[in-house]
Formats: sequence, C-alpha cells, structure tokens
Amino acid sequence: MKDTIGLSGPIIEARGVNLVFETSDGPVQALKDVSLSVSKGEFVSFIGPSGCGKTTFLRAIAALETPTSGVLAVNGMGAEEARKSRAYGYVFQAAGLYPWRTIAGNVSLPLEIMGFSKAEQAARVERVLELVELKGFGRKFPWQLSGGMQQRASIARALAFDADILLMDEPFGALDEIVRDRLNEEVLRLWNRTGKTICFVTHSIPEAVYLSTKIVVMSPRPGRITDVIDSPLPRERPLDIRDSREFIEIAHRVREGLRAGHADA
Amino acid sequence: MIIALWYAGSVWLNAQWVYDQAGRAGETVSFSQVVPRTMNQDRPVLPTPHQVFWELGKSTLGMAPSSKKSLIYHGWVTISATLLGFAIGTAFGILLAVGIIHNRAMDLSVMPWAIASQTIPILAIAPMIIVVLSSVGVQGLVPKSIISAFLSFFPVLVGMVKGLRSPDQMQLDLLATYNASRGQALWKLRLPSSMPYLFASLKVGIAASLVGAIVGEMPTGAVAGLGARLLSGSYYGQTVQIWAALFAAAIAAAGLVMIVGGVERVTLRRMGMAR
Repeated sequence: MKDTIGLSGPIIEARGVNLVFETSDGPVQALKDVSLSVSKGEFVSFIGPSGCGKTTFLRAIAALETPTSGVLAVNGMGAEEARKSRAYGYVFQAAGLYPWRTIAGNVSLPLEIMGFSKAEQAARVERVLELVELKGFGRKFPWQLSGGMQQRASIARALAFDADILLMDEPFGALDEIVRDRLNEEVLRLWNRTGKTICFVTHSIPEAVYLSTKIVVMSPRPGRITDVIDSPLPRERPLDIRDSREFIEIAHRVREGLRAGHADA
Repeated sequence: MIIALWYAGSVWLNAQWVYDQAGRAGETVSFSQVVPRTMNQDRPVLPTPHQVFWELGKSTLGMAPSSKKSLIYHGWVTISATLLGFAIGTAFGILLAVGIIHNRAMDLSVMPWAIASQTIPILAIAPMIIVVLSSVGVQGLVPKSIISAFLSFFPVLVGMVKGLRSPDQMQLDLLATYNASRGQALWKLRLPSSMPYLFASLKVGIAASLVGAIVGEMPTGAVAGLGARLLSGSYYGQTVQIWAALFAAAIAAAGLVMIVGGVERVTLRRMGMAR
C-alpha cells in the first residue's frame, strides 16, 4: 500500500487509521477506521460534536499523537518524519504567545529554532505580519493586543517558516462572532494568496461551509467519519455567500450528517 | 505596642537582679524604685529597647566601619558569605532542577536526598564542613558560604522544578511541531516561564542563606561576622550586644529580601509577566 503514496499523490493520506487511548477506565477508541485523502491546495474542515476525534485526527496528522494502527502519510512520508521535516504549521485554540516576547519575537520563535539567519528572520516576520494584517504591530507585546489580533499573530507564527500545510485546531473557538467572521474572511484570503493546504477543525457549521472545499463530518464513540462533502462553492467567497441557496443546502447536509452520526451512536 | 510589651518584659525579667542587689545591701525597695533600676543595667536579662537601639546606633554610626567593634564590619563579613553562598546555592538548585526535568533517574532519586539533606541539623554538620575544608586548605569565606548554600539551594530546587514544569502541554506541543530540541525548549520556553517561581524561591533562599552564614560563624570559632558577635556576646554575658547583633541580622535579612523583591518587580515587568 505504501508505495502508492508518492509525492505526486495526495498531500495527506489516511488509510484505516485507528487510535486507542489507554485510560484508567479502560481503552477508549478515539478514532475508528478513518480513511481520508487531501489533495494539495484543498481547504478541509473537520466538524463534529466534542469527542468525535476531530482534534485527535488533526494531532495524529501533526504526529502529536501516534495511531494504534493504519497508515498515515503526510507530504509523502510518515507523519513523524513529516513533523521532523517541519512540513506543517500548527495553530492551536489559544494563541499561546510568549508574554516575554514582542509580537515579532513570537513570530520569529520557530525561525530561531530552525536556525534561519537574523536577516532572513526579520524579512520573513515582516512578510507574514503583513499577510495577517498586523503590519506595524511587531514591537507590541501580546497583552497590548486583542484576542483576535493575538490569534492572527499565532497564525503568522505558523506561516513564518513556509510549510505547505497549515493545521488549525478550532483557532477561532474562543473569539466572538463578529471577530470570527472577519478572521474567517482573512483566512480565506490567506489561503487564496498562499495556496497552502489547510486542515481546519471547528464545531461551527457556517464556519465549516463558508471556508471549505471539503467538509469532513465526524461522529463520536467511536470517533469516525460519517460523511465527506465536496463543496461546489467557488473559491472567491464574499461573506454574503452564506445567504445563497447552495450554501444553505450544504449546511443542511452537514447538519443531517451530524444528526445521523448521533442516531446510530 | 510591641515596644510597650518589651519594656514591661524588661522590668519583669530584670527586677529579680535589683531585688537580689537590694537584699544583699540590706535595703528594701518598693516597686517604683525598682523600675528605674531595670532600665539601664550593664548585663540585663532582657535589655530595654533604648539600650538595644543605642548600642545598634553606636556600633554602626558611632565608629569607623573598619573597627572590630563595628556592626557594619561584622555585618559585611556575614553578608559577603551570604551572597557567595546564595550564588552557589542558587546555581546548584537550578542545575539540579534542570537535571530532574530532563532525566528520569534524577527525577526519581534526587528529591528524597535533597529533602533528607534539609533534615540534618545544620549546627551538627557546620563544624564538620569547616574542619574538612580547612584540612584541604580552604578557609575563611568559602566554608561559611558552603553552609549557607546548603540551606539556600533547597527552596530554589523546589521552586525551579515547579517552574520548569509550568509550561502547559499546548506550549510543549507547539515546540514539538517545530521539532525543537530539548535544549531549545529549556532555553526558549521553560527557563523564561519559570521566572516567577524562581523569584519566589530566591526570597526564601536569600533569608536561608543569611541564617546559614550566621550559623556557620557560630560553632567554628570565627572572629568576625554577626554570628561571631552573637557568640562573643553570650560568652561575656553582653546581652545588649547580642540583641543589637540580632537586630542587625534582621535588618540585613529584610534588606536582602527587599533587593530580591526589587529585581523581581523589574524583571517580571520587563518580561510582561507582572501580576
């Protein structure tokens, strides 16, 4: 099976991935027989109720969790190798900026660790801060910025070293609706400009439908994929696309998928 | 309030001596005659506050700092041992904590030894440290500093283990996504995050260092230092001198803790971690 996963193939490929956590109450099946392939440049959302394994799957892609069985390839290699070759940037639910570093200092953290030269660091920080519309905020400290701006800085940090893949784990879950709408637009623009492959975990149906080219619906106990929806929406998406008939139809299908997952759980 | 209680205590404790003197001279004294005679005795059981503060003033401001009777001279001897011991203890505590974080064997083995080391009475072990070190030719400041370090490394060790483990799982995961080495994680994340814990420990540690330095001077026949001052006071029944030295030690401790507190405020504010 492994030989079919080459550089020309999908950028993320999972086949029959199982992941079991050993807990004090006995084993918990977090992922059951998950198979999925993501092509380069796609925007994939993972949606489902809590405990459906969407975050666990994202963490498995990032090699922060190790599948118990199955094949998981990222960028044509094993997930662990991909992590070591710094194939992806990861955005967590909380911005997690270091309070003792400026915004620019935080964004250059991965660059320092990866050994970029000082000049290269400065140039890249400049570029990604502009990309997330934080130009001119480099010298500020995290506490001087709003929650939304902090999360943008953490996205800039994930973009700084130019990985092909961006993994985002409910990055806007802690933000209010209005800020979230703006950041959703920005992420789309970013995706259009950079051509990165984005995997995005969310529990908001409108967010998933608005952002994605592919929506993966998951359900809990055990965590598994119940539906994969390829979105017919165009790449250019103004906010008011959310009132269109196609948008509402896809949202409806996602909702049905979530409900079906619940019924047979 | 404290001063009033102190005076009352002085009268009560020193009165016996007045009664004894009067009994020997065949007089009888009334209470109102006793009180003034308890105020300025040469060797009172409990010196009065004005005696202590006058002695304190005389032995600091009233003579050259280089005089063998000056508390500034003795204080400096003790404080220099304290500072050196504090530096050694802090460095040792941090190194041990880093080892505990990174090495499972050390994690399991060092802590019980460190706790055991603190249950040894320092008075028992201090003379042995001095004797052993002087037999290999180390004398003066260093042995006292070692005793001082022996007391101060422990709070630093406990605080730093906690501090180095304070970054949450998300922060560690983030570094894992960069494939950062453990050294990079230590340097860029763990050490900066441990600063508030370090300073809390340093405040305890500097006070413990001072105690260690004073104790290190007492059983060892040291001729200089607050501990030596306390000891010679007790040899010659100079209670006023003992109390003055005790106050000097307390003032030194308060000063040192305040200095650490000041450094803490400035550092944490610059690191954006001030609460």
